[in-house]
Amino acid sequence: MTTSGAAHIAGVYEHPLRSIPDKTVPQIHAEVAIGALADAGLTMADVDAYYSAGDAPGFGALSMIDYLGLDVHHVDDTETGGSSYLVHVRHAAQAIAAGHIDVALITLAGNPRSGGSGPGGSARFADAPEASFENFFGMGIISGYAMAARRHMYEFGTTSADLAEIKVAASTHAQHNPDAFLRDVVTVDQVLESRLISDPLHLLDACVVTDGGGALVVVSEDVARQLDRHTIPVLGGGEAIKGTRAGRVDLTHTAAVVSGPAAFAEAGVTPADIDYASIYDSFTITVLVTLEDLGFCEKGKGGEFVRDGALQAPFGRLPFNTDGGGLCNNHPANRGGMTKVIEAVRQLRGEAHPAVQVPDCELALAHGTGGSMATRLGSATLILGREARR
Amino acid sequence: MTDTTPTTDGAGPLPTGEPWVTHETKPYWDATAEGRLDLPCCTVCDLVIWYPRAICPDCHTSEVEWRTMSGRGTVHSFTITRAGVSRKWREHLPIVVAYVQLEEGPIVLTNIVDVDPATVAIDMAVTAVFHDTGHGNAILRFTATGS
Repeated sequence: MTTSGAAHIAGVYEHPLRSIPDKTVPQIHAEVAIGALADAGLTMADVDAYYSAGDAPGFGALSMIDYLGLDVHHVDDTETGGSSYLVHVRHAAQAIAAGHIDVALITLAGNPRSGGSGPGGSARFADAPEASFENFFGMGIISGYAMAARRHMYEFGTTSADLAEIKVAASTHAQHNPDAFLRDVVTVDQVLESRLISDPLHLLDACVVTDGGGALVVVSEDVARQLDRHTIPVLGGGEAIKGTRAGRVDLTHTAAVVSGPAAFAEAGVTPADIDYASIYDSFTITVLVTLEDLGFCEKGKGGEFVRDGALQAPFGRLPFNTDGGGLCNNHPANRGGMTKVIEAVRQLRGEAHPAVQVPDCELALAHGTGGSMATRLGSATLILGREARR
Repeated sequence: MTDTTPTTDGAGPLPTGEPWVTHETKPYWDATAEGRLDLPCCTVCDLVIWYPRAICPDCHTSEVEWRTMSGRGTVHSFTITRAGVSRKWREHLPIVVAYVQLEEGPIVLTNIVDVDPATVAIDMAVTAVFHDTGHGNAILRFTATGS
């Protein structure tokens, strides 16, 4: 069953703050939920399906549905790390296409900047079957991505300067976002001169750590028709999980090699048709590998692809992350997938900052990469359109 | 690979922690106490299984048997981590976090120890060492072959 065009993103909201020491995580979930519903022209009473991931405190969706005062008959607590929210959009689109629900609410919130817990809560991983074989080596999140970067450099000749180009493009966009955590434009040299955290990745190869959150409202065609807001059709989606495969570790690919083609096929489009792309950017290397895996360039040619301002809006070959992305703007709760969808919706509505608005933006891609590129990850791809196909 | 004595880096031995020993993984951990790397191998499809588990993830048989590995491998990728680690690791920085490909195939997460980090390279030959956890078993790490 295809879900193409059956569901619409009707409301989006990104919390404007990047440091929120005086509010609880459930409170931030509630604020972004109210914000996204208001954007759509809907209320909590209209919601009949709720989606949350590992950032939802307590019993996850059960706790949050109770806290928010929701009355739903469909729930999905799928957890694939930072890509969860794109998976949720796809699952909501499938449930809408099947006629089960009309209004899905998806929320994300967290406060790591103010000392809150890390992604998913570390207690969640203590009983993982892999835990005693991976947890005793001092591997931080960045160490894993650094090993992926090193292997990519070894196999394909990618350079640190190539990776820096990605940060430069994000910073060029972030200067126009008054809410962005980092608003200074940086140069390739500044990235290369920033402190090495885990070779070959520098401080400026990494995303920001921010409090905050965001929410999405996905609705059926019937509901979309009744709303005044410009709703964005979900044209295609794909999701895939990749692990360590019993020791056949592959550091230079993500599961985007599966989720991407699935999303393009469902939407009936190709990478060349995409006007704007939100690409998950936990680190610069995440972007480079994802661009290859999604087919925007050949495997190994990502370094070449991102040179010469290719990712810079509005006139680069593939404008990306025009809000400044996770690298400069926001990576709330250490999870970048929510904001990827939100900026893609802004672009398609023509509501991105005028300095970075892609002219005549008709087709956008949003991609999430949750977990770790070095071990196990969840990739999720969405293709979104400007016009409903009615 | 018979070295069972904790080797020391600049700030003493790297932290080890207490492995969670289960019915599935006990043979692995018991072997480490004797300076041996034993892994479950599928007797149906011949897969050498990392990390250890009771059921083959390829053909899903429970017909796995424990075999002793050579302890030799090569560096598949690595990083010199200088920050961004938890408190107990900080005094040991910089550390080399690596994936090592065993001669028998699997690529395992580990540390490269007792080497100048600047000399570590992809494809470098390495040999297993075992760092005593104090809990009746040892953590698998690697050092430059011949060092």
